[in-house]
Parts: sequence; C-alpha cells; structure tokens
Amino acid sequence: MRPLWENLPFLSIFLAITAGILCAVLRSGKAAWRLTMLTTAVNTLLSAVLLGCLWPAGLSFVYTMGRFAAPYGNAIKAGPLQALLSAVFCAVLALALEGGKRDLFHDVSPARQPLYFTMVNMTAASLLALTYTNDVFTGYVFIEISTISACALVMARDTGPNLIATIRYLFMSLLGSGLFLLGLTLLNGVTGYLLMPSLAEAVAALAASGQYRLPLTAAVGLMIAGLGIKSAMFPFHLWLPAAHGGATTASSAILSGLVLKGYIVLLIVLMVRVFTLPLLEEMGVTNVLLIFGLLGMVAGSVSAIREHHIKRMLACSSVAQIGYIFMGLGLGLGFGTAAGLTASCFHILVHACCKPLLFCCAGRLSAVSGHHRSLRNLRGSAYRDAVAGVGFTVGALSMIGIPLFGGFVSKLYFASASLSSDKTAVVLLTIALSTVLNALYYVPAVLAIWEQPDEELRLHIQETADPAALAFDRSFTVSALILTAGVFVLGILYHPILNVINSGVSLL
Amino acid sequence: MLETLLENRFSVTAVLLFGIGFLNLLLQQNLLKKVVGFNIMDSAVFLLLASLGYIEGGAAPVVAEGTSPSLYINPIPSGLVLTGIVVSVSITAFSLALIQRIYRRYGTIELDQLRERARKEDD
Repeated sequence: MRPLWENLPFLSIFLAITAGILCAVLRSGKAAWRLTMLTTAVNTLLSAVLLGCLWPAGLSFVYTMGRFAAPYGNAIKAGPLQALLSAVFCAVLALALEGGKRDLFHDVSPARQPLYFTMVNMTAASLLALTYTNDVFTGYVFIEISTISACALVMARDTGPNLIATIRYLFMSLLGSGLFLLGLTLLNGVTGYLLMPSLAEAVAALAASGQYRLPLTAAVGLMIAGLGIKSAMFPFHLWLPAAHGGATTASSAILSGLVLKGYIVLLIVLMVRVFTLPLLEEMGVTNVLLIFGLLGMVAGSVSAIREHHIKRMLACSSVAQIGYIFMGLGLGLGFGTAAGLTASCFHILVHACCKPLLFCCAGRLSAVSGHHRSLRNLRGSAYRDAVAGVGFTVGALSMIGIPLFGGFVSKLYFASASLSSDKTAVVLLTIALSTVLNALYYVPAVLAIWEQPDEELRLHIQETADPAALAFDRSFTVSALILTAGVFVLGILYHPILNVINSGVSLL
Repeated sequence: MLETLLENRFSVTAVLLFGIGFLNLLLQQNLLKKVVGFNIMDSAVFLLLASLGYIEGGAAPVVAEGTSPSLYINPIPSGLVLTGIVVSVSITAFSLALIQRIYRRYGTIELDQLRERARKEDD
C-alpha cells in the first residue's frame, strides 16, 4: 500500500480545475472570489503537507495516472523542489488576489468577475501541472491552457490598449507554443516516447551512440526557444511590458510573479531530467542561455530606466530578473556542482515574492493618487498609504540586492555559482552592471514616492482622488505585510530553503 | 535527390507548411491573417506527427481477433494529433473572439494602425 500523501499533487491540480469550472457557473463575483481564495489556501496547505512528508525523508515519487504502465500513459513526479515551488506559487497567488482585491473589483465589470476567477483557477491549475508533470505532452497541453488564461487575465481590464497588448501577447505565445510542439514532435520522432524517464533513457542512448545528433539538437533548441518566448527570455521580451503593465493589479502580479515561472520550471525539469546538463553543455545550449540571460539582465534594466509608467517599469524589470534566472541555468554544471541551478530556483522564489509585492504596492499607490500611474504624479503617495510605501521600498531594495533582503541572497549565490565555472569574469561584471542599473531606476522611484509633493500637486491630487480609494484597505495591508515578511524571510532565513532546493534538485 | 524528397515527402511538406505559417504569423499585419498563419503552422506539425506514426501498409490500430499487431500503425502520434487539434481549435476560437472585440472598438484589424491608436490613447 503506497502512502496516502502521494495523491496530493493530483488532488491539488484537480481541485484548481474544479474550482475554475464552478466559478464559471457562479453568478456573483464575491462568491467566486471566496471559492478561489479557499481553493488556493487549501492547495497551499496540501503542498506544504507534501513538502513536510517529502523533505525530511529525502523522497521523490512517480504517480501514474490511470492504469497504463510506463512507456505509455501519463504520470506526475513530485519531490521536495516541486512541493516547495507549488506551495509558494499557491500562496503568492492568494496574496496577489488579496492585495489587488479593490482594484480588481473596480477594473473588472461585475458580469465578468466570475469568469475572471475561472481564469485565475485555470492559471493555478496549469502552474501546478507544469511543476508536477512527468509527461512532455501534458506539459504542452498545460502550456496552452496557461496561455489562454494568462491572456484572459490581461484583457479582463477592458481598455483598448489592453486588448491590443493581449493580442500581441497571444500571438507571441502562439509562436512559442508552435515551436515547442514542433520540438516535441521531433523528439518523439527520434525517441518514440513522451514520458520523461523513458525519454531520458532514449536521449542518453542517442547521445552515447552519436545517432540523430542533428534532430536531437534541433528538438532541444526548438523546445528551449518556445519556452523562452513564453517566459520573456531576452530577445523575445517585447510583448511583456504592455501586457503586464496594463493589466489590473492582481493580474500583473500573477503574470509577472508566477506565470513566467511555470514555463521556467518546466524548462528546468526538461534540462535536468530529460536532456541532462552534461549533454546540454556539449551541445552548447547552456552557453546560449547564458548569453541571452546576461543580455536580458542589461536590456531589461535599460528599458525600465526609460519608462515613467510605474507598472510598465516593474514589468520591464521582470525581463531583467528573468535574465538572472536564465543566466543561472546557463552556468550549467560548472565544475560539477550545478550551483547555478540552485541559485536560479532560489531566484524564482525571490522574484515570485518580490514582484507581486511591488505590483500590489504600485497599484495601491496609484489608487490613492487618483489612479495616476506615471511616477511624476505619484510624488508623496507613500504618505497617503504608509504600508504601500514601505512595501514598495522593501521590494525595490530587494530587487537592487541590499543585504538582509531576498534579492541579495540570490545575487550572492549567482556570484558564487559563477566562481566554480570558467565564465566568472563576464558573469560577475554583468551582475555588477545590472545592480547599478537596477539602482538607477528603483532609487528614483522610491525617492519619488517619499518626496513631499509641492502644494499645487497636492491640491490637484486631492481633487482627483476618490475618497473611497483613500480609505484604509485592509486586504491590501494584510497581503503587503505578509509579502514583505516573505522577502525578509528569504533574505535572512535562507539556509533551510536552500537545503530544500538542493535536495530537490538532486531528486529532480 | 528526387528520391530522397519523395521518401520524405511528408516531412518536406510539413517543413514548407511550417515555414509558410510561421512567416505569416510573424510578418502579417492583419490579425486574421495571423490566425490563419497559426493554423497552417499547427497543421504542419500535425502532418509531421501523424506521418511519424504511420507505417507503410499498416492497418488502423483497432484490436480484433486474427490480426497481427505488427501490422498496426503507431497509435500514440495519432492520439497526440487529436489532442493537438483540440488545443488549436480552442486557441483559434479565443483569438477570433478577441479580434472581433478589437474590431468593434477600433474598426480595424491592422496591427500597425492599432498600435498607433493605442499609443495615442495611452498618452
């Protein structure tokens, strides 16, 4: 008899999908909101329980769906890393919804609110499935589900520019998933399998014999390019600022903090479980990832510096942060330690905590300033909601990489991972440059929100601001405080988390 | 040369179709044409996938008494094609609905004009 907790990953995916379907038939947005929050909380709890079962024992397990035995059928594989990631993803999803609650019910028309929550639940389901799946084709199907629900999250705030941002996002995503599907087809053609363990065996045999080297390389390249487009890897990031910057606060937080990460987690699993890092290094794929990552770190920050719209600035900064993650993946095996991979996984957590905090605070700051979004009009807004001001400051300092904040630890680990590779100089230089660039736009933003506005601007804001928006926002305050605490936990108590990640990576 | 092409006729056609679809999706300014491009691209992948599982002279993989399993075509790629078609149809429906919405608001579906208009609205 296998232990009962092996059912938890499947159960949480199933719960999220069921909640999504139920939301679609609910009439009231508030009811759908409650159902979504309940499901997400339960899923967080389930993932945490799973982590509690897996980590102390150092276990990972394969859960077969249906009765079809291994090379066929469908399977889930869960280890400490997957459990940790899904717990954090679910928790952050709930906090993002909580933090953006007022904006959400303001931006989305009442008739469409239940459908919005359907899409939120589908996003949650696809994130969980992308994290847990042990089958490449299931990965593809959930990539597409995630695409549709993410696009719907963007267009929920029904303005013209948003619709156009959505269609650009949709077409870029379609390119990405088309490339991924083609890569998958080629891989299936040369190996004959879809389940990751069988694929890994077949790929290893092909790599050893040197047969079909070209189709194999093409398949790897296509799959990585496809996932790269979807997670806004550097040359393919142009769709991101408009889509993430224009959406309602909760959507921006979910999209920037979580949805991008789902694809990266699948990519990490593919890289480690199927293709294995030594083979990827031999093919030169890790070097390509490294270069794109480094370029993205600089290019994302440069475009953020030129941006005055606060949410688009945060969205551009996501491109830079995704660059960090790809840089860590590109460091590959280093001298046999895979430290870059660990650093990348940690950075996924840091960014998943930090960016939703920044987006929620930015949304709140602009709500108390008459829904203005340019930094010029947000001057002094931190005095109108101190929690939002402090939260934004904490998020910004973490992004820059000040010690005691989460961002510092991941930068530290990226730097130390680069020491055990032969690319130390270029990586360290780029981290230094990127830190300076981050400071160049986050420091002025923080100074702007804490600057006392002149008399004229204050009167102007007093006239335009909605008194209801100025009132104390409890749900935002709770969520901002928890996320702020999360940034500090990641920055100070990082040792146990890194231990979980390390054991998770080795059990991947 | 010609013989190799004929032998790999499915793959060659698939590559051509994928190229056509990909370029349409990437370069067309008309949103509807982009959707058509996406559909061509997906059809190419389905053709490739179906041809990979096809065995010359094989029967449909329906198990019945008296037939030898060595004569069936591989059913897995066919199953994948079916799933893929479902995904592609739903994405197409979604994007068509979105395009309709954009047309109602702006009266055009040319991407360059739309971006111009969006920039003006944003200022």
